[in-house]
Amino acid sequence: MKILNEREKYLKNERRKKIIVILCRIAIVVVFVALWELAANTGLIDSFFFSSPSRIVKIITDLSRQNLFYHIFVTLKECVKAFVISTAIGFLVAVALWWSDALRKILDPYVVILNALPKIALGPLIIIWVGSGERAIVTMGVLICVVVTVINVLTGFLATENEKIFLLRSLGASKFQILTKLVLPSSTADFVSALKVNIGLAWVGTIMGEYLVSGAGLGYLIIYGGAVFNLDLVMASTVLLCLLAGGMYFAVSLIEKIVVKK
Amino acid sequence: MDLLEIKNIDLKYQTPEGETHAVEGLNMTVKEGEFVAVVGPSGCGKTTLLSIIAGLIKPSGGKVFISGKEVDDVSPRIGYMLQKDQLFEWRNVEANVMLGLEIKKIKTPQNVAYAKLLIEKYGLKDFMRSFPRNLSGGMRQRAALIRTLAFKPDILLLDEPFSALDFQTRLSVCDDVYRIIKSENKTSVLVTHDVSEAVSMADRVYVLTKRPATVKSVFEIKIDKPTPLEKREDKDFSYWFNRIRREIPT
Ligand SMILES: Nc1ncnc2c1ncn2[C@@H]1O[C@H](COP(=O)(O)OP(=O)(O)OP(=O)(O)O)[C@@H](O)[C@H]1O
Ligand SMILES: [Mg+2]
Repeated sequence: MKILNEREKYLKNERRKKIIVILCRIAIVVVFVALWELAANTGLIDSFFFSSPSRIVKIITDLSRQNLFYHIFVTLKECVKAFVISTAIGFLVAVALWWSDALRKILDPYVVILNALPKIALGPLIIIWVGSGERAIVTMGVLICVVVTVINVLTGFLATENEKIFLLRSLGASKFQILTKLVLPSSTADFVSALKVNIGLAWVGTIMGEYLVSGAGLGYLIIYGGAVFNLDLVMASTVLLCLLAGGMYFAVSLIEKIVVKK
Repeated sequence: MDLLEIKNIDLKYQTPEGETHAVEGLNMTVKEGEFVAVVGPSGCGKTTLLSIIAGLIKPSGGKVFISGKEVDDVSPRIGYMLQKDQLFEWRNVEANVMLGLEIKKIKTPQNVAYAKLLIEKYGLKDFMRSFPRNLSGGMRQRAALIRTLAFKPDILLLDEPFSALDFQTRLSVCDDVYRIIKSENKTSVLVTHDVSEAVSMADRVYVLTKRPATVKSVFEIKIDKPTPLEKREDKDFSYWFNRIRREIPT
């Protein structure tokens, strides 16, 4: 038998802990699904109201032979659009507010109010202004995301160390150089965490928008399923949403690993 | 002619809470190649003085001249080393050293070669690709100094450059920095509240009063040894040390 040294023991232990965590995670899903299925089959819960894993799988396979992917595509497209547009606008506004102290002071109360406002209240107005359909949904998503993006990104910018700004000024740096050489690189971590928050909010905005106006998409399927009491459809769409949102979050985490490690 | 001339500088900070009189009627001159130290009680206005010399703060009154020319903006002839090294964590040592050249838009092949030469000459060659978090305090300070030297300033302003280091490292880093400054033949103004540091490095020591800072007395230090460590061991060291320490207001 091989005698392990301390380091090897430690590493082995760590690896074992990691595996246990992953196994537990999988176990939770498996147990949950199994109990749900069992409860539905034995009549403990009414599968008409609560659906069941097998019924969800069945409806997803049925739908995938029809237009499921179209619905997924519609929602995903809206969400990505809302995410990209709100991130871009939010970033630019944050830069403007960082650039001008006066502008930041003047606009401060408006940012606070816009942040507190429940954007869903603007739904009817949005429909009247930009029309129904994709544009309304993306607008809703952008409205929900953009203020939070501005606040989070700006907070990162303002956390820049004063002494470092001072150093750059002593080198004769312009404001633009201070932005590009110092403020942006020093706040990448904040920026990525703002992106993560934004992903979640973009989904909220998109689904909310689809509840308001839509002819397609997962949010539409949920509303439609609810209206005709097809709760299997509602559950199936919700499960798909979970998977999509999780996937997008994972993608951003991957970007974070690449960017922040540098 | 003196390289650096500070004439009757006055500075008041204005804030909503009130007015702070930081510097009052301060005069100072520094000759080419000279090493001048400024000591004074903490909070008396030493950093403020350096910032005025660097052109970062406009004085309320008085003028600063470099080679007889008035300083009215950030001066390109000055290299300012701040209290902490302020290396950028996301840049490796080489990229940190190039910062000044980038900002001043003088990243020419010659200047890059000169910066690399400095890195090599002062023992950071093996750490060129390392990031600041992997360097010791002394090496970080050296990197910060090379960053300052890379754009060839005529005057170095050093604001308590060793205050972040522990005592032992401080002595050797102090020696190190002095050696580099002398071999690059730079004129320097060092601000510190450590009298032994001032005596071991400077040709001349200015003692400042409490805030508002003005010159209380000036000492020409005469210890005939080439390096700070050797000066510290010289028999005259404690004489100067005690004379100056007694001058500093408490
Ligand atoms: N930007 C500022 N606005 C208002 N007051 C300031 C500002 N900077 C410094 N002061 C005040 O001016 C005085 C001198 O400050 P300064 O930093 O120049 O002193 P110092 O001698 O460098 O101090 P230390 O020994 O702590 O480094 C202090 O009372 C400080 O509170
Ligand atoms: Mg200071």
